Amino acid sequence: MLTALVDYNSGNLHSAHKAFERMARERGAGTIVVTSEPDVVAKADRIVLPGDGAFPACKNHLFTYSGLFEAIEEAVVQKGRPFMGICIGMQMMASWGREYEDTTGFDWIPGEVVKITPSDPALKVPHMGWNDLVVDHPHPVLDGVDSGDHAYFVHSYHFKVTNPVHRLAHVDYAGDITAIVGRDNMIGCQFHPEKSQRAGLRIVSNFLGWVP
Amino acid sequence: MLKTRIIPCLDVADGRVVKGVNFVDLIDAGDPVESARAYDLAGADELCFLDIHATHENRGTMYDLATRTAEQCFMPLTIGGGVRTPDDVRDLLLAGADKVSFNSAAVADPDVIARSADRFGSQCIVCAIDAKTTEWDEDGTPVKWTIFTHGGRKAALDAEGNPIDAVEFAKLIERKGAGEILLTSMDRDGTRAGFNLAMTRTIADAVNIPVIASGGVGTLDHLVEGVTEGHASAVLAASIFHFGDYTIQEAKEYMAAKGIPMRLN
Repeated sequence: MLTALVDYNSGNLHSAHKAFERMARERGAGTIVVTSEPDVVAKADRIVLPGDGAFPACKNHLFTYSGLFEAIEEAVVQKGRPFMGICIGMQMMASWGREYEDTTGFDWIPGEVVKITPSDPALKVPHMGWNDLVVDHPHPVLDGVDSGDHAYFVHSYHFKVTNPVHRLAHVDYAGDITAIVGRDNMIGCQFHPEKSQRAGLRIVSNFLGWVP
Repeated sequence: MLKTRIIPCLDVADGRVVKGVNFVDLIDAGDPVESARAYDLAGADELCFLDIHATHENRGTMYDLATRTAEQCFMPLTIGGGVRTPDDVRDLLLAGADKVSFNSAAVADPDVIARSADRFGSQCIVCAIDAKTTEWDEDGTPVKWTIFTHGGRKAALDAEGNPIDAVEFAKLIERKGAGEILLTSMDRDGTRAGFNLAMTRTIADAVNIPVIASGGVGTLDHLVEGVTEGHASAVLAASIFHFGDYTIQEAKEYMAAKGIPMRLN
């Protein structure tokens, strides 16, 4: 089994790579490959799309790799292969990003990515640090992860889903912040599972064994 | 609810921890990766490596440390010391750091923060500010803080040769795109007398990005004050953890008992 961690020159893949590699080894879930090649993505059994930085910049980076997004979309949307987006990789699953400028997302999960505006103005943006998850809808990738478990966040924008059924978990930051989205064979984490110690590694491991 | 972070900081020189790390189960207390692993298991919320020599020849050692740490610790790692350019940021991020901290290079040229944040995102750009109180009002209340370099011995000067006000500088680097400020009080660092609370509060209230309080922690109450009176989002400490005065868990439980939201599981 092959899991492709898509490298499109957006952020630090090292720790994500190491976290996926370790969990793949622990559960005998095959090989993790870091790749920018559409051919490799096309034959991968699972796809992980990370991303750090601004939404428009990430999307631009992704589309500078000829055929890469098309390969991801065919594998995920047409062939139903399990997909995980992390941070901006998750945000790009939305219809729209509103960071700096209006940017279209993949439109896989209806909704838009908007600036975090806590109702308490004393709260800082970016939302940075450990926050406790509130699970909205149970999901196989969240097996063993419960409300109250902590995950590590660092972001200034978040994904407001149109249909609440697509929000699998949230956190409280003087208002709800979307933590996990999902539908069909797709899941996305706003936080960094590769930086979230126990709960994060559990989510990585569950994803590697997930049969949607 | 977002939790207050406790960040142990390891001073590293030539690939070795400089101040002692006093954990019973360490095979090699001088190996930063061993110490990082111990802090990971102990429940630290983030880790910080500070390369205190940061000579060009030593960079390879730091990259190797970042790589080895990221292979074993699945928690955020900040690296600072000798970071000068966006390419330095890139090299450290690729090696395995999650955040990179600028210090004197940002004082000399605040635009380096903007160039780095534009390229890699604000989330990974920390700006360290070393400052101390330089003016008090007639009641003895501190009212002005100035940036110092060279371990607190030398006042940093702007292009016109004037001292740099720490509050104005913090606001400037926020505008430039820094994601976080690591604020060290040079008049408290190493004293164990507690944070410079007036400075921490003034700067934390003046910016909308998180401020990490640093410099002067000697007791668990100091950590509490950094948050309740200093308004810091995170507290950084070295000695009280490295020398085994307190464990991370003791510190977290103490702060939680004082009403500060902490990550205890």
